[in-house]
Amino acid sequence: MSNFLQYLFLGLGKGAVYATLALSLVIIFRTTGLLNFAQGEMAMFSTYLTWMFWEQWGLSPWLALAASMVVSFGLGAFIERVLIRPVGNAASNPLAVVIVTIGLFLAINALAQWIWGTTPKRPPPIFPNGSVEVLGASISYQSLGTLAVLAVEVVLLWVLFTKTKVGLAMRGVASNTESSSLAGVPVGLILMFGWGLAAALGALAGLLTATGGSVAGFDSTFMQVALIYAFAAATLGGFDSPVGAVVGGLIVGVVAELCADYIPFIGEPLRLFPAFALILIVLLVRPQGLFGKAQVRRV
Amino acid sequence: MTVNATAVVPESPVAANGRDRRATLIRVVLWVVGLAILYRLPLLLSKPDVVKLTGIACFAIAALGLNLLTGYNGQISVGHGAFFGIGAYTTAILVTNNGWSPLGTLIPAAIISLIVGMIVGLPALRIRGVYLALVTLALATMFPQIIIKYKDLTGGTQGLDFEPDQELTAPSWSGLKDNQWRYYVVIVVAVVAFLLVRNLVRSRVGRALVAMRDNETAAEVVGVNLSLYKVMTFGVSAMLAGIGGSLYTMNSSHVDANQFGVTLSITILVMVVVGGAATTFGPAVGAFVVVMLPELFPASVPKVLTPAVFGLLLILLMAVAPGGIVGLTKQAVAWVRARMGGSSPPAPPEDAGGEPASIAPTTPS
Repeated sequence: MSNFLQYLFLGLGKGAVYATLALSLVIIFRTTGLLNFAQGEMAMFSTYLTWMFWEQWGLSPWLALAASMVVSFGLGAFIERVLIRPVGNAASNPLAVVIVTIGLFLAINALAQWIWGTTPKRPPPIFPNGSVEVLGASISYQSLGTLAVLAVEVVLLWVLFTKTKVGLAMRGVASNTESSSLAGVPVGLILMFGWGLAAALGALAGLLTATGGSVAGFDSTFMQVALIYAFAAATLGGFDSPVGAVVGGLIVGVVAELCADYIPFIGEPLRLFPAFALILIVLLVRPQGLFGKAQVRRV
Repeated sequence: MTVNATAVVPESPVAANGRDRRATLIRVVLWVVGLAILYRLPLLLSKPDVVKLTGIACFAIAALGLNLLTGYNGQISVGHGAFFGIGAYTTAILVTNNGWSPLGTLIPAAIISLIVGMIVGLPALRIRGVYLALVTLALATMFPQIIIKYKDLTGGTQGLDFEPDQELTAPSWSGLKDNQWRYYVVIVVAVVAFLLVRNLVRSRVGRALVAMRDNETAAEVVGVNLSLYKVMTFGVSAMLAGIGGSLYTMNSSHVDANQFGVTLSITILVMVVVGGAATTFGPAVGAFVVVMLPELFPASVPKVLTPAVFGLLLILLMAVAPGGIVGLTKQAVAWVRARMGGSSPPAPPEDAGGEPASIAPTTPS
């Protein structure tokens, strides 16, 4: 039993990380209707920025993270304006947009390797080491901290989406771009804001992934597997639902952990299999996910 | 999606006939010259260049398969590296474990990747567009993990190496060096695959594939069996990728888990898009350009930036020239023709049964 609790806590801690990245995916999907395959690489780049601010510029870990989030916000908005918008919208031409985000994937990955090299970097510690005992199982400060960060993030996003003008405009653009534009919403600025926000949250997700990841540190590929988990979370929750991303993330974290621990066939090497199976099953059986709105296609 | 405004300019049948005959003649000459170059190249180049060229041909076969699926049929796959890997490992395992001759493994590699491709194609009956891209991306990310999981069989990250007596060697009657023999084997398979795909695309099946891409419901209404075509296209496409992987292994006599990750899948997609999706020669041109372009960079550009160049190239192409290099060339040829013969119709549209235009609408709305 205590083993089970142990795995559950581990899974929740990892799930919280997937949820933060899934939130980035959901924000971009809600505003622009596209799946951003480069989200993981953007988060990876931001994590290097955080590392640079901390290790080379001597900022404190949290301050470095804040600085990195600000810079990432700008980069995200820049990417939307300069690279994504000229290609057109996702609904009319999914292939072109997929290819653009894949191009972005390649470009960011190569850029990070060029700037920072391939030797793993040690991420700044944002949570103390150690753990607390709960019901006979230990839960690390890392997991607790990640869950707390996720909670704060969710509350802030909720306030943003429901209590502010910007959030209202974002929801408007998501539900009907043309009408919002006619009602005076600066659609272009909102799209840039959405991408910026997603990139800034990605910086957070990247750092959480890196500090919770391998002790050796992180390199330019560390977000690729995390991205698949995040996609599984977003698929399960529904691509247009922030609540879904959080619930989906926690479920994916726990399911992946329990599968790896209890199903010998999966074990450590095939950790990704439960995430893959989840993506496949949800898309086949309930494409809108748990909390998403079903889309009706007219022909 | 794109509709070719086929403005048929009325002209005398004699003139049309003459132009047709000239076009056919030019085409035949180009084919003969092309095949002659392919035949002569390995006799002129150094060994590393021949090996590289053989590798390009292997990638071209895989890109040919992906073009059939993504270019003509509109199903996006970011996972063809996995099928390439399946072909590669089928060959590597049968050769190193079971003592097969390398060439004998080509058929099993093709059959296994065909079957796996059809199985992966099944979910594609319900999952489309970006979501299919997502599923295939997840598959591509997982493939190396599966290889490592079964490392007793696959050699994991260490990989498998052919013993010298297991390698694909030139028979003594040919008088060729091993690398030249491998080149010819791969080129023959590539040309056959190329012709098969070209004829398939120009047939009834090809028109059905394009119709499904452009409007699935309309295609179904006019009687296209969507399920059958989707699964078969996925299978054949995966089979070509598997054949490419099998031949690639014969050329390099080595496989390991790190070769077949997401990067490979993306690279194959880049080849298709850069060369020109839904064009006959696009995949071959794309494979050549993607492998050779980095050689042209000045030494001051570090090698690690190569993918960045391709990434930006992809974004640029999608914004200004969705037809890739082949599409651009066609536009250029049409432009020159319009300038030279004032009377000839501007930008001759694809003749009936020819290849469809690019997959992407040229004007973002």
